[in-house]
Amino acid sequence: MSPVLTIEQLSVRLPAGADRTYAVENVSVDVAPGEVVCLVGESGSGKSVTAQAVMGLLPRGQLQPTDGLIKLKGEDLLRAPARRLRALRGTAMAMVYQEPMTALNPVLPCGYQIDEVLRTHTGLGTDDRAERVRDMLDQVGLAEPERMAESYPHELSGGQRQRIMIAMALVLEPALLIADEPTTALDVTTQVQILALLRELQAAHGTGVLFITHDFGVVAEIADRVVVMRAGRVVEAGTVRDILDRPQHAYTQALIRAVPSLIPRPARAGSGRTVLEVASLAKSYRQGGWLDRRRVVDAVKDASFEIAAGEVLGLVGESGSGKSTTARCIARLEDPSAGRIRLRGAEIGSLSRRALRPHRRHVQIVFQDPYRSLNPRRRVAASLIEGPMNFGVSRAVALERARELLAFVGVDPVSIERYPHQFSGGQRQRICIARALIMEPALLIADEPVSALDVSVQAQVLELLDQVRTRLDLAVLFITHDLRVAAQICDRVLVMRRGEVVESGPTAAVFAAPEDSYTRTLVAAAPGRNWDFAHA
Amino acid sequence: MKAEATQAPFAEATALRLVPALLADPSVRIGGGILVVIALLGLFAPLLTPVDPSYLDPTTRNELPGAASTVDLADGKTADVTHWFGTDQLGRDLFARVLYGARISLLVGLAVTLIVVATGLFIGLVAGYFRALDGLIMRMMDGLMAIPSILLALALVALWGAGLWTVIIAVAIPEVPRVVRLVRSIVLSVRGEPYVEAAVAMGTPTPLIMTRHILPSTIAPLIVQGTYVCASAILVEAILSFLGVGIPTDIPTWGNIMAEGRLLFRVYPHAILFPGVFLAVTILAVNMMGDGMRDALDPKLQRRL
Repeated sequence: MSPVLTIEQLSVRLPAGADRTYAVENVSVDVAPGEVVCLVGESGSGKSVTAQAVMGLLPRGQLQPTDGLIKLKGEDLLRAPARRLRALRGTAMAMVYQEPMTALNPVLPCGYQIDEVLRTHTGLGTDDRAERVRDMLDQVGLAEPERMAESYPHELSGGQRQRIMIAMALVLEPALLIADEPTTALDVTTQVQILALLRELQAAHGTGVLFITHDFGVVAEIADRVVVMRAGRVVEAGTVRDILDRPQHAYTQALIRAVPSLIPRPARAGSGRTVLEVASLAKSYRQGGWLDRRRVVDAVKDASFEIAAGEVLGLVGESGSGKSTTARCIARLEDPSAGRIRLRGAEIGSLSRRALRPHRRHVQIVFQDPYRSLNPRRRVAASLIEGPMNFGVSRAVALERARELLAFVGVDPVSIERYPHQFSGGQRQRICIARALIMEPALLIADEPVSALDVSVQAQVLELLDQVRTRLDLAVLFITHDLRVAAQICDRVLVMRRGEVVESGPTAAVFAAPEDSYTRTLVAAAPGRNWDFAHA
Repeated sequence: MKAEATQAPFAEATALRLVPALLADPSVRIGGGILVVIALLGLFAPLLTPVDPSYLDPTTRNELPGAASTVDLADGKTADVTHWFGTDQLGRDLFARVLYGARISLLVGLAVTLIVVATGLFIGLVAGYFRALDGLIMRMMDGLMAIPSILLALALVALWGAGLWTVIIAVAIPEVPRVVRLVRSIVLSVRGEPYVEAAVAMGTPTPLIMTRHILPSTIAPLIVQGTYVCASAILVEAILSFLGVGIPTDIPTWGNIMAEGRLLFRVYPHAILFPGVFLAVTILAVNMMGDGMRDALDPKLQRRL
């Protein structure tokens, strides 16, 4: 069968002054009808640029395809006039984006937005179009298609919005669907459903899919063939079994090795000394205005646990489960509504801000987004010594300590006079860890510390956190939505859902034999789990 | 990829580092250039004309621009001068009055801006950071905003009597709430940034958090807002003086020169034309500078202000 999409030797030039000449260089990819081809790579690998080039959506004047050929069912897209490209988008090729909230127009009902595709590209009458919209909403598995058609994007969940996006993309049965990280912004349990839906629709319609992702778990779930990209070039291409099981290129091998395994490592015994005890912690928010204080939302309900020195406790859950709120209450960035927090034997849950200050240094927190965790206007040195100097350490001593810690976390101490934007994401996260460690805390809270990082960097940072735990005998509260990460670093896990702890226990036990039905769903939803267990 | 996009365009922005970026913008250069010229005209008015702006000469009333006459100087000598802008209905030289008037306009603009930015910054920081005070402060600001600025100025002038400082205070008060709102909105978004929370977790005292981690983010938008305050202050001062409740006519300002020329406007339009042109050009220059600074400092701000 002749391919739907042929990309031959495509090169896209970057504007002068960028860190490399080409965003994409000599990239060749084929997508056959009914086939899912995954473009895999880390950030900056050029996978999104390739997709944009196909759709003709490259930012004008900044990125120019300089060489090569893109053919959609034999038609040359690079030389097609804008009018023709416009006609092809929606009818012959369509795209699904990462963030459905921003990809949908917030001020129009979802049905109207799907209908718009039909109005633009077909001569169908009102009733026929309404029929098609209803049928499509039904196909993407949305119950009550009529109600969905009238809903606005903000009234729907993330998974429902992504289904609307898929309905919009597939309503005219395009030959090619480009999915750019379509499940990255979704919870795992939703991701599983969306992947299954894409698989099902693609098989039913014979659509060729170019699927862009950074997640090898997702690749294992959905791909027929895989193209691995790095720094704008294709490193390796092959069938999903070949790439995942017998990667040839060193980069692919390293990338796959960096993917944390779902098989938990054995729990290590902590030193036994309890650092943190949390009892019946609760946090509720009042919603509504100044006059209406009745609506109360329980973010955390009755959470109790403890962490010993040298132990990593994982808080696992999907978005809105209350895991971050729990951590923020312990760090006293928020005031708990009820419950006790004992840190090294001292009750800190109910202390006033002023009385709390001496205890601050014992709990330090590392945040998810390394790009926002350091003040962009201050040198790394200033950020690092701020904490110790708050507690009366002299500048010289603090600087000395900051250099030692930078070396410990694997950042060249010479760069201490630089600004945060001169570092990569991984380096910044190391600096944030150093900033936390310089306070000599008893408890380190890591709130999704590797979620914003590429897999290879993620593996290194996880390794660093593990070293920190062993060398400094720290108690670590590790928050993550990613079961793979949890499996690799946590000794025990607490599974949270809607503010409640539904299950807890040693990681290996919880993952192998989850007792709670939600935990079972969560473990079953982890992408690529069959691939892992095939390797074990 | 998404992480890169969150980087601030001017990561190292502090007040001094902003200067080269500002000067690169053509509107900043043109607007700033015009303002410098007007400031120099006001500053060196005694060198540009020997005439005392409040010197009355009943024999040369309502002369047209270009007329010549002999005037008495402050030191007792007399001099032959050309009245470039003509004279007003009391025979005062309009060229001298307009030049000296520039001093008042620019002084009012500058003083009001400094007062407004300083108080607005302080109140905005407090309102944005201390949630308990926020409601109270912002309702007070809403109350202030509800009073028409000219009306407030009239009331203050009635209370304290006309004078330069009354005018400055009267013009400044109604401008404060807008700056407070701007600063508060920035504080609200920055205080949730992880780096501010990290500082809280490190036990950094609150005043230090505010000055070290939050205040720098407000500088660029404040500079821009400051120019708008400045333009508005110059204009309101002129309006107050025009209405006769501003600065007394023994000190010439563009507003009161125009007020006095108002009666004979149909016959002698020059008494309103010249101060009017200076006023318009100054406001235009300040606004040009403001727009240019906004574009140069933060492309994202373009649609917000």
